[in-house]
Amino acid sequence: MAAFTLKINGQARQVDVDPNTPLLWAIRDGAGLTGTKYGCGVAQCGACTVYVDGQTVRSCSMPVSAIGTSEITTIEGLDSKEAKAVQAAWVALDVPQCGYCQSGQVMSATALLSVNPTPTDNDIDLAMNGNICRCATYVRIRAAIHGAAKSLEG
Amino acid sequence: MSLFKNSMLALVAGGLAAGLLAFAEPSFQEADAAVSNPTKLQSVSAFAKIKNKNERAVALFTEAGKVIQSPRCMNCHPATERPTQTDRMRPHIPLVVRGEGGVGAAGGLACATCHHENNFDAANVPGNPKWALAPIEMAWQGKTLGQICTQIKDKERNGGKDMAALVKHMAEDELVGWGWHPGGNRTPAPGTQKQFGELIKAWADAGAACPKG
Amino acid sequence: MTVHDTKLSRRTLLKGSAGLVLGAYVARADKLFAQAAAKPSINIAPNTFLIIKPDNTVTVLCKGIEFGQGPFTGMATLVAEELDADWAQMRADHAPSNPQLYKNLAFGMQGTGGSTAIANSYIQMRQVGAAARQMLVAAAADAWQVPAGEITVDNGVIKHASGHEGRFGEFADKAMAMPVPADPKLKDPSQFRLIGKEGVVKRLDSADKTNGKAFYTLDINEPDMLTVVVARSPKFGGKVASFDATAAKAVAGVVDVKQVSNGVAVYAKGFWPAKMGRDALKITWDDSKAEKRGSAELLQQFRGLSKTAGKLVKAEGKFEESMAKGGRVIEVEYVFPYLAHAAMEPLNAYLKWDGDTAYARYGCQFPTPDHMAISKVLGLPIEKVKIDVLLAGGSFGRRAQQSTHQAIELAEVAKAIGPGKPVKLVWTREDDMRGGYYRPYCIHRMRGAVRDGKIEAWSDTIVSQSIMKGSFFESMMFKDGLDPTSYEGSNEIPYDVENFRCDMHQVDVGVPVLWWRSVGHTHTGYVVEAFVDELLEAAGKDPIEGRLALLSKKPRHAGALKAVAELADWKNYKVPAGRARGVAVVESFNTFVAQVVELSMTDDGPKVHKVWCAVDCGVAVNPDIIRAQMEGGIGFGLGHILYAEQTLDAGAPVSGNFDTYRSLRINEMPEIEVVIVKSTEKPSGVGEPGVPPLGPAVANALAKLGVGRPRQLPIVPGASA
Repeated sequence: MAAFTLKINGQARQVDVDPNTPLLWAIRDGAGLTGTKYGCGVAQCGACTVYVDGQTVRSCSMPVSAIGTSEITTIEGLDSKEAKAVQAAWVALDVPQCGYCQSGQVMSATALLSVNPTPTDNDIDLAMNGNICRCATYVRIRAAIHGAAKSLEG
Repeated sequence: MSLFKNSMLALVAGGLAAGLLAFAEPSFQEADAAVSNPTKLQSVSAFAKIKNKNERAVALFTEAGKVIQSPRCMNCHPATERPTQTDRMRPHIPLVVRGEGGVGAAGGLACATCHHENNFDAANVPGNPKWALAPIEMAWQGKTLGQICTQIKDKERNGGKDMAALVKHMAEDELVGWGWHPGGNRTPAPGTQKQFGELIKAWADAGAACPKG
Repeated sequence: MTVHDTKLSRRTLLKGSAGLVLGAYVARADKLFAQAAAKPSINIAPNTFLIIKPDNTVTVLCKGIEFGQGPFTGMATLVAEELDADWAQMRADHAPSNPQLYKNLAFGMQGTGGSTAIANSYIQMRQVGAAARQMLVAAAADAWQVPAGEITVDNGVIKHASGHEGRFGEFADKAMAMPVPADPKLKDPSQFRLIGKEGVVKRLDSADKTNGKAFYTLDINEPDMLTVVVARSPKFGGKVASFDATAAKAVAGVVDVKQVSNGVAVYAKGFWPAKMGRDALKITWDDSKAEKRGSAELLQQFRGLSKTAGKLVKAEGKFEESMAKGGRVIEVEYVFPYLAHAAMEPLNAYLKWDGDTAYARYGCQFPTPDHMAISKVLGLPIEKVKIDVLLAGGSFGRRAQQSTHQAIELAEVAKAIGPGKPVKLVWTREDDMRGGYYRPYCIHRMRGAVRDGKIEAWSDTIVSQSIMKGSFFESMMFKDGLDPTSYEGSNEIPYDVENFRCDMHQVDVGVPVLWWRSVGHTHTGYVVEAFVDELLEAAGKDPIEGRLALLSKKPRHAGALKAVAELADWKNYKVPAGRARGVAVVESFNTFVAQVVELSMTDDGPKVHKVWCAVDCGVAVNPDIIRAQMEGGIGFGLGHILYAEQTLDAGAPVSGNFDTYRSLRINEMPEIEVVIVKSTEKPSGVGEPGVPPLGPAVANALAKLGVGRPRQLPIVPGASA
């Protein structure tokens, strides 16, 4: 065990965990932020997506010891205009079914729109195919990203 | 490499109705390098007995080719935009592409979404500070060793490296070096990076002739 | 996933009396859960289903679990319709475990499955709403001293011409204390303003599922709670011979290690130390009773059996005689792999046991049997056990556990560490994927004959494991020693074929199996629809016209088929070069779904571009949720038909995660268009029926493309190798 100070959503949080602990579990069990989900633990499903210094990262794929002073953003700390547009579009189209993967979906979609305000279907495929939805809400995810992009145009 | 081709083979093996057999196989090139992958490299001295310089160079490069054609190297030198993965060299899942600078698509699945400074066996994810795909002009998949050899020497297609820089890259580059320390259950490239560097240097010294074909 | 005999379940529903299906089991449950005497068989008491707060919010307690299929919104819609509530004031939450109050009327016990949520609640929950409305009106009438008959309720506002006006919150306490009307009057469907209407009802759970606030079992984090992972046998049926926990206990954060009947449990402060502790365990397994066969051996055995006649399920006409007459005779084999459910949230559960009472919280799909299991393991009377149901990150059948294996394990790990130590049992993805309870491995051998453009003979020999054997369902649901969930859909095909037989070999394999989204129809739908298509092709008939001609006694199949033909413009549509279309129609759980698929081939297998879907589920309660379930069912079906299989290596499941158990991703998702067939039939479910037609529609499109119908699934295997 070792003590780490993580900067999560602008707040310093102490976690006392093994240095090899995936960031995911430091966030969930250590910092008590549970919006970031565990789905696979091997960077296949994207349910644990967070931002590390603005870069989209699967929090299961990185040990807490590698974080250093990086700024971590979780679903709880999302507040950009892109995030708000994405979340509004998600609700407008009733995208979620079981909902378990959707934190990760929203994180990835927001990251996409932040870089690419007018994504094509191919851009969406490339950005979002790392996020598995076992309920297969993909039709609506795609539509909601287009919807959010449109709302941001205005 | 093509999952679908495998599937068709499995179906045929399963003894199936004739209709299926009529289906033309996809024409994707199989790279079976992974299958014959001895774990060791012969040292440079083992080639000293070859008196003809060109023949020696070819033999040296062929030996070094065991590394070059190992899945550890080939996976990130794809002929398409999409890398392969695992010892079987299957298409990388999820779908990722080279993108600008070989580090993935902008706005989404950058390499750095999953691959970080180091291998992280807890998540079975390999990593390296320089993790990236080789540029398309450096594609190796689907090519013969001779073709790869010619390409490696071609400054237009090797990142502008002269022979000295090329030898140094092979012998010392840390991403190249990752191939021998891939983590998890990935089969390392044969031999060591040092041996590999020596083979490449000896090949260069012998005139850098390439295998035919 | 449990009402497989659709006739039986329909009859149960029609009679409106619970307990037919699982009579003996439920009788036992009723006895255990006591106080049965005074309870009506169908509970419509608003005070057990509704929480009306002073802020006027109306929270509907949902009998079934919400794991994406939409019962929160569905139940609230039914209540709000009759209550004349404003949709904005509606909320939903899970009802706790209490079979007396919250039984599924199709099962007689509390549980979710078989796409029954709306079907079994359609009348009941409307009655709850109507009763509540009547009671609120009575309370208002009393307060205002006006005749109840002069009071109106509209959009959550109670009014009287005298100028009195109020909302639900102010009358709730008084109203809920009133006697419940025995037979509250329900609206005529022509008066509906929510049920079946487009755009007026939005899902109640979307916002929280978009901002990280939705609370799942994995999110429980109570003081002093220990996270538990269990090391289970790599082979099914293996037992712990011995173990050494020294290294495991040395892992920082690990609190204890205990043996339980299913393996060795590691208790830790948090998931990661628990997992590291488990990795450090040294366990010797006793495999003497374990299943040790691999996939290739099972294939050989199943294939061998499929070439012999099994136990007869149904015969009509003279099949063998007809076959002997020749013509175009076709025999084909279809092989279906084991499939994991692989819900996004792996299995998990929380339990707090203090020695006298137990309180469980988790995504519990079968509260009644789980409740009994926990009480039995802990030696507690049933009333000392409480289960709160939480949202679950998907299920697809996996959480509907007739074996109650997870509840047993949960109670055992709590018991092993002793009272006063709350436990959160967590399965890793690998535990979940390799943990069995798969869709059964099975083979269908189809034989048929076509003469003079007519399908004259049809037979289906099934080789499969039973899902229900050994469970409490066996005695109630088995027919002639056979499990109907293995042949449902194959024994009664919708098409007019004079000479028909269906027989089955029920095989024991030591791999636990379970219902998997649409159960038997996942494979019977495939073989029936692929085979009829193949025979019609041999007969020179159009896939849709040919089917319609054979559906004389099946108007709802025909209706769905006609609807999808119209939606997809079957006759005039110009299929783009390099593509082909295929069609299928399957009834499951009383819902009729027809789909047309358009696809092309790539190096990596079929690429499905578009799916047109027509669904007849009787009265459509929430059209947008029906569409969502069709979309999701199509994606779920497609991902598995293309990519998924769990193989066995000397008995041990190979795939442990999504890297080898390939899931459909967004780039593989087709465009989808759904039409809901207008119907006045009783509403039926939509959670599962979107799945079955997708596979055969893909197969039939592949045949049209010249590839042939895939006989061994998945179509693109190899991910697990």
